[in-house]
Amino acid sequence: MRLERRSTTPLGLAIVAPLASVVAALVLAAGLIAAAGVSPFLAYGEMLRGALGSRLAVTEMLTRATPLIFTGLAAAVAFRARLWNIGGEGQFFVGALITAWIGHGLGLPGWLGVPTLMLAGMAAGAALLAGPAYLRLRFGVDEVVTTLLLNFIVILFVGMMIEGPLKDPLAFGWPQSVPVDGDFRLPDLVARTRLHIGLLFAVAAAGIVWLVLARTVFGAEMRAVGLNARASAFAGVSLTRTIMGAALLSGAMAGLAGAVEVTGVTAGVTTTMSPGFGYAGIVVAMLAALHPAGVVAAAIFVATVFVGADAMSRATGVPSFIADVIVALCLLTMIVALLFTTYRVRR
Amino acid sequence: MIEAIDLLFNTSLWAAVLRIATPLIFGVLGALLCERAGVLNLGIEGIMTLGAMTGWLAVFLGTPLWLGLVVAALCGAIMGLLHATLTVPLGLSQHVSGLGITLFASALASYLYRLIVEVGDLPPTIEPFRALDIPVLTDIPVLGPVLFSQALPTYLALLAVLVTAYVLARTPLGLAIRMTGENPHAVEAQGLNPMRIRVGAVVAGSALMAIGGSFLTMVAFDSFFPGMVQGRGWICIALVVFASWRPGKALVGALLFALFDAYQLRLQTVSEGVPYQLFLMAPYVLSILALVLVARRAEVPAALMIPHRRGDR
Repeated sequence: MRLERRSTTPLGLAIVAPLASVVAALVLAAGLIAAAGVSPFLAYGEMLRGALGSRLAVTEMLTRATPLIFTGLAAAVAFRARLWNIGGEGQFFVGALITAWIGHGLGLPGWLGVPTLMLAGMAAGAALLAGPAYLRLRFGVDEVVTTLLLNFIVILFVGMMIEGPLKDPLAFGWPQSVPVDGDFRLPDLVARTRLHIGLLFAVAAAGIVWLVLARTVFGAEMRAVGLNARASAFAGVSLTRTIMGAALLSGAMAGLAGAVEVTGVTAGVTTTMSPGFGYAGIVVAMLAALHPAGVVAAAIFVATVFVGADAMSRATGVPSFIADVIVALCLLTMIVALLFTTYRVRR
Repeated sequence: MIEAIDLLFNTSLWAAVLRIATPLIFGVLGALLCERAGVLNLGIEGIMTLGAMTGWLAVFLGTPLWLGLVVAALCGAIMGLLHATLTVPLGLSQHVSGLGITLFASALASYLYRLIVEVGDLPPTIEPFRALDIPVLTDIPVLGPVLFSQALPTYLALLAVLVTAYVLARTPLGLAIRMTGENPHAVEAQGLNPMRIRVGAVVAGSALMAIGGSFLTMVAFDSFFPGMVQGRGWICIALVVFASWRPGKALVGALLFALFDAYQLRLQTVSEGVPYQLFLMAPYVLSILALVLVARRAEVPAALMIPHRRGDR
């Protein structure tokens, strides 16, 4: 028995693979739920109800999915070029921090201020990833470790800023930064819920990234570099330009996640505002097989698991950490499933 | 300023160095063993977390301390087997699989902890390893408290360095492991199975990582909380590069790093007005700087991260 590379992946298989991996992950996690003395069917039922059972639940889930779409895009763009950006979490936080910093007392009208803040968030995220990308290109330093370590540095820096220059004097000692001005808060998408128009930004971003990847020379070069860097360099693709470009686009997406989360949901920055959006973005990107349209779907799935697990935990007493277990299992089952979409088994 | 220098002559600083270095020594040896056989193991952060939880849990449920270490090692080995299965016979991306292991093992540790342990206002505690009191030796001034009053796992870590260095450099098994990391086809030509060697190295390396994690809950603290590994695993991955994949240099790297960490902790207490976060950031910044310094002359195992397929060229 041996594996043989497929020249093309049938569309059906590309759609079945993530579904199969999700089912496999849910089956595996069912064992852990059963160990808690709760019927997995009951638990998964409660999860679905908690995430999709009411108008409020759906809007909460979509609010949670919004930053995941951005961080998922960030991971997908970078991974396509084999740039291992594991720093989505740090890029999210610098995007959020710069937004609150500039957005407090900016004195611009909303229509001008919001795009300014979005651009600032993108620039901050891009700049943070440009460093590790430069170190890799110039000195050959592995970007996995540098981006991971930067996550810790950035979160400490955020903590320092919100206890120092950006401290909110009206927060009664709660560690939180000053809020962005009211003019820059994103309008609600559904009245009287937390869901804001940032969701539309996220879907639009997925569309733009898809266009860039599928319809531009840069997108083709990125994929070529990801598939075989040496061959692409031989064919005349500039590795430096392509990898740096991927880094800037990827970092910008993760930074934008932070900017949108601040203007859409939290107004100020706290060190606890992200329940691991950056890391979950990696799972989202892999479940989407690095495809931008898939990222939107996968982000909605991951958000469903997280929001649903909170409700399920309240109803059944199963620890809500089960959501993290399910999401991590999805990543592992998905990479196995991807094996079957890129290879076929021959006797 | 004078206070800052005085700190360097404090015995408690040097005793802390060995203590802080211990989990790093285990972690860096584990990562080194995996990478010498050609497999990057980014599962380290999660494996250390799981080791910290399971070792602690075993003791909390009534086993003796040494059995806690064994339990942690076994749990690490199981995660290692999972990573090895995905990356060696299946040849999947070592980056993505490793991150998946980290996410899975950390989540599993938190889940099982919440499920099994009743957490009140304060996290429950165990009776951790105590510092050994070796007659005569402990009483030597300076050297006694620094070298001879550590807890048992610290001496195990030093022993592990010797054993790993000896096995890698002086035994046929070590030669096979190193060759698998450089050229698996050559291993196959010798009639050995590079797949098996890789799986074995990853399983053993992951067990070492988990023991390193268990040091946190069984010596350094007496309770578990999610996120307590705080990037120590990633720092170990950086230290392996810094150490050029050599156990002896890995020990030096871990000790240097621990010295720096112990020093910044003490420096915080005498530096008023400087945000404490700057001190906490320093070890991570140092790791990145160290990587940049050595990257150019790094002697990376030639087949690191390259999956081996039989009959491929």
